[in-house]
Amino acid sequence: MTTKKTILIVDDDQDYLYQLKARVESFGFQTLLAESQKEAEELIVKTKPDLAILDLMMENEDSGFILCYKMKKRYPEVPIIIATGVAAETGISFDINDENNRKWIKADLFLEKGIRKEKLKEEIDNLLIKMNS
Amino acid sequence: MSTLKILVIDDEPGIRSGISRILRNFRVDYPFMEEAFDFEVQEASTGEAGIELIETDKPDILLLDNKLPGIQGVEVLEYIRKKQMNIIVVMITSYASLELAVKATSDGAYDFIPKPFTPQELKSSIENITKRVFLKKMTNKLQETGKQIRFQFLSVLSHELKAPLNSIEGYLQMIRERQAGPQLESYDYMVDRMLERIKGMRTLILDLLDLTKVTSGKGTRDIREINLVDIAHTAIDTMRPYSIQKDIKLNLHGDDVVKIMADNEEMEIIFNNLISNAIKYNKEGGTVDCTIRGDGNCVEVLVEDTGIGINPEDLTKIFVDFVRIRSEKSRNITGSGLGLAIVKKLIDTYKGTIEVTSQPDTGSKFKVKLPIEKPCS
Ligand SMILES: Nc1ncnc2c1ncn2[C@@H]1O[C@H](COP(=O)(O)OP(=O)(O)OP(=O)(O)O)[C@@H](O)[C@H]1O
Repeated sequence: MTTKKTILIVDDDQDYLYQLKARVESFGFQTLLAESQKEAEELIVKTKPDLAILDLMMENEDSGFILCYKMKKRYPEVPIIIATGVAAETGISFDINDENNRKWIKADLFLEKGIRKEKLKEEIDNLLIKMNS
Repeated sequence: MSTLKILVIDDEPGIRSGISRILRNFRVDYPFMEEAFDFEVQEASTGEAGIELIETDKPDILLLDNKLPGIQGVEVLEYIRKKQMNIIVVMITSYASLELAVKATSDGAYDFIPKPFTPQELKSSIENITKRVFLKKMTNKLQETGKQIRFQFLSVLSHELKAPLNSIEGYLQMIRERQAGPQLESYDYMVDRMLERIKGMRTLILDLLDLTKVTSGKGTRDIREINLVDIAHTAIDTMRPYSIQKDIKLNLHGDDVVKIMADNEEMEIIFNNLISNAIKYNKEGGTVDCTIRGDGNCVEVLVEDTGIGINPEDLTKIFVDFVRIRSEKSRNITGSGLGLAIVKKLIDTYKGTIEVTSQPDTGSKFKVKLPIEKPCS
């Protein structure tokens, strides 16, 4: 018997969270949800997900980044996807498309929020395979 | 050509001279910039010496090591922040103290450079900062003409409008794909959420209309003697249905007649927003007390509630455009985050003041002072 992999989703838009949860569960994964950096930090103390999808801007414009950093410190092997979409529009000081910043933010992948379903599944599967090999 | 002043504070002479050497002939030039930049580097080996140079030479960029013999880098950072100096700070840190660097960025450092770094790493970091300095200069210029504010406002606004659209679109797609099966009832939650997001957009649009009234100013303004107590009554009557839903008592206290020279509609906007917030962020069965008093020169309006309150660290943020405080307690309350910003802008145009005191979980108190004719002392 294979157990379902658990995917942590963190986003402060409850509707996006709901929709992404439905989508990810339709791929055959289990989900773990948090609406803020704080909530997510509490969650990961108790549970180790197999992969995480984080929103970049939550309580603060760099919440996703800090969370990513903390997650990598706790579970270096767990792949992290940072979902963006807002960043480019609101002109935050933290430029996600900047190579330097990407180096620091140790996320495995940056994805646009509007990404197609099939593509999302493919990316998740790829990261999970990479982790297990 | 403009020259940016860079100050390096590091106790390792090798790092200091290295940086000076790398940046000596370095230039940053982009097609979109009106001018190219080059750099003048100064060095200090301790935080104390660095602060002196900061005071006398006002550098544009500071490259700061944290581990220093005397005061630490973070203390220099703190100093700059306290004095609200316009210096972009980059921490030079070893990988081991990344945590500290992350903390430093939340304390106002702009970036960090890992040690040891290659000339290329240093250059690209400086390049980024230069871009930023340039943009800052541009925005300062634009700000003078009011353009920047509009731009920033519009970009946040477009995000605020897009978020509910995305969410509604997402739900509609789920419904189209019959993701919850053939049963119509299974989609109730999605429909409710869509209606909620639409409601949010509507509030936003109404607030925007108020805001255009405020910022277009003049012309449309009709300043005459009005009785604020009448306005408060109207606002309370408008809000009555909401307060009944949440079982909240609305009381009006103070003088019966308080005359002021003001625009009727603008005063309504102020009262409507303060009272509606006092209801929205209240608890079931709570109270809202509105008190209006005049003392010859000045009118004082108090709106007190027994609601969820506001954390001390959020108190100053709430008057900023689009700021909404997110918490477990307020997550189901919709709003645009524009209401108080509008109120503040309006009060400013009357040379009045607005203050807030609040106790989390107990309630908030908004105090507005407006001059009857001349500014209050
Ligand atoms: N009486 C209050 N008690 C507690 N929190 C409040 C109160 N009034 C305002 N706030 C906080 O301040 C934030 C900003 O308020 P503001 O009125 O600007 O926006 P809003 O209520 O979100 O939207 P809207 O403009 O549509 O009313 C709110 O999100 C809320 O967190």
